[in-house]
Amino acid sequence: MPATLKQRPPLAIRAHTATTALGRGREAQAEALATRRGGLRRNDFPTTAPGETPLDCWIGRVDGIEDSPLPAELADWECRNNRLAWLALQQDGIDAAVADAIDRYGATRVALVVGTSTSSIGATEEAYARLQPDADGNLHFPPDLARPGIHTPHSLGAFVQQATGARGPCVTVATACSSSAKVFVQAARLIDAGLADAALVGGVDTLCGSVLFGFNALQLVSTSPCRPFDAHRNGLSLGEAGGFALLERSSSIDDGDATLKLCGYGESSDGHHMSAPHPEGLGARLAMEDALARAGIDASQLGYLNLHGTATPANDSIEAMVVAALFPSALHASSTKGWTGHTLGAAGIVESVFALIALERGLLPGTLNSSAPDPACGPQIRFDNAEREVRHAMNNSFGFGGNNCSLVFGKV
Amino acid sequence: MLAAQIEGIGFWAPGLPSWQAARDFIRTGSLAADAPRRPSPQLLPPNERRRTPDTVAIALDVALAACHAAGRDPATLPSVFASTHGDHAITDYMCETLAREPRTVSPTRFHNSVHNAASGYWTIGTRSHRPATAISALDASFAQGLLEALLQLAAGEEAVLLAAYDGNANGPVGRQWHSKGLLAGALLLSQSGAETGPVLQAELVDGVPPPADGPLSRHAGSNAMAPMLPLFEALAHGAPAAVALAAGPGRVLSVTLLPGAAAMESVDA
Repeated sequence: MPATLKQRPPLAIRAHTATTALGRGREAQAEALATRRGGLRRNDFPTTAPGETPLDCWIGRVDGIEDSPLPAELADWECRNNRLAWLALQQDGIDAAVADAIDRYGATRVALVVGTSTSSIGATEEAYARLQPDADGNLHFPPDLARPGIHTPHSLGAFVQQATGARGPCVTVATACSSSAKVFVQAARLIDAGLADAALVGGVDTLCGSVLFGFNALQLVSTSPCRPFDAHRNGLSLGEAGGFALLERSSSIDDGDATLKLCGYGESSDGHHMSAPHPEGLGARLAMEDALARAGIDASQLGYLNLHGTATPANDSIEAMVVAALFPSALHASSTKGWTGHTLGAAGIVESVFALIALERGLLPGTLNSSAPDPACGPQIRFDNAEREVRHAMNNSFGFGGNNCSLVFGKV
Repeated sequence: MLAAQIEGIGFWAPGLPSWQAARDFIRTGSLAADAPRRPSPQLLPPNERRRTPDTVAIALDVALAACHAAGRDPATLPSVFASTHGDHAITDYMCETLAREPRTVSPTRFHNSVHNAASGYWTIGTRSHRPATAISALDASFAQGLLEALLQLAAGEEAVLLAAYDGNANGPVGRQWHSKGLLAGALLLSQSGAETGPVLQAELVDGVPPPADGPLSRHAGSNAMAPMLPLFEALAHGAPAAVALAAGPGRVLSVTLLPGAAAMESVDA
């Protein structure tokens, strides 16, 4: 732990939501986790190449995005990713909570920090499949997709800025699969330093050719539904999702409805490889240790840990090894990617919402699809659901480039 | 008010392969003789130096130069990497391949396509376990990156590395966003560095940045990271200065440069 590490006051989580293959909003997520209803289906996501069939794999696709156009005044931002962002903003009162924060503090005091790995590259892929030559033979995007705003990584942040009217610092974090966990950290720093009074954090990632065929090229995609921590796991299932949370200084809340808090965070780098974890899990351990230290709790006080748990052979055994070294066997730790698939840059917010559901409802999800315990994994890794009250929950999100983030949430 | 001491600066633009070359250019109007087309990032193993994307090469080059100028060990530093578009050449390759033969996507090109490729190579090359981030915010990318670095100092880090870069826009996607050549700048920011380094103070306010017409802006203004150039021009002049950097629609990061460490003590933090 760096000597400079400061403990920090918890931040209130005033609203939070997730939309995944399990459905729209928190109630749909909680119901599916409780009843062990998974959201994965055979890959039916169309390719942009003529005559190419979808990959033989399973995906966590959000129903109904195709039938949910953006409102006319936001039509410049039309694309699958921003549609999912808009759907997610309509759930669980997030839009009203942001409007309320703008009313109370002023638009320039509400920050927007969102994470994504692909942003709206799906729209760029589609434009390439429909290129049109001009008189000189240069290839151009078709007119309906010649909208520069959707062909850049900040598409998501700029869209959310326009959709909410917030005028505080607005930034898109793109650290692959840790993106929308790191947004909590960046927002906490903004609020702690007094640059914002509230921050909308979140993340959105949608299925597209880049991730499906990219992960396939790395031989990391399973042809069956993913089985995190199972002895026979053989790769991940990709999913799409969106989610948001509104953070505020704890002292600004005088009513009883904001009992959920962001208590601590830890960030680190593996310093090892672009797409393989550090063999001893060094970066993962540093992130988890720093998050516990900032939260001011020791490992035995953690009640639930949502693991990164992608179901690739290397990731899971290394993460389990670190968890076994850090936590007592009583810890309930699980991967929820068997329910949603790996939602990449949205995994941080989705699985933070799952950790918050564990705190709110005492619902500790197990690990869907997995049945054969890997002897390399310790007793912390749970396949079955459990129900009991917990006071602190952690979420791990680890990304390409060895980029790690762990968050500790609490119920105060 | 956020503040930092600037301990080290790195810079790369066409014909200006170092911060010294950029300062000479501002003074004399002359480009460096025999400047390479792109840097050869010393952090990477020799066989990877040529293959690495241009954007990664310039980002690693300026980041290392800023650390060297400050005499700081890169492995000890948290880092912030800001880029408007990432690497257009790879975006062009990925989308073009997906439209034709998706099952032939190169695994290496795919893992280089992530926005945090440069920050990933940085932590791998320096064997750093410190936090690294990668952000994007259109023309506010540099200001938001600077803001994040300043916030990390405010949160207790002793020194933070900021690297900002964009490359050449390629192919059909490059006709949506025009960005020419390679441009990168890096700052090593600290809470209390060398007595002689300039001090930077910053606050977010309403406004729009004035047109940029300095020598670096005229030379490299067509690159997507050009909104950072007024700050580097002010740093090159070495005199107290005020610079307004694009920070989002109708917002600017108002930066004041003051000479020397004494100014640090006057900061009301």
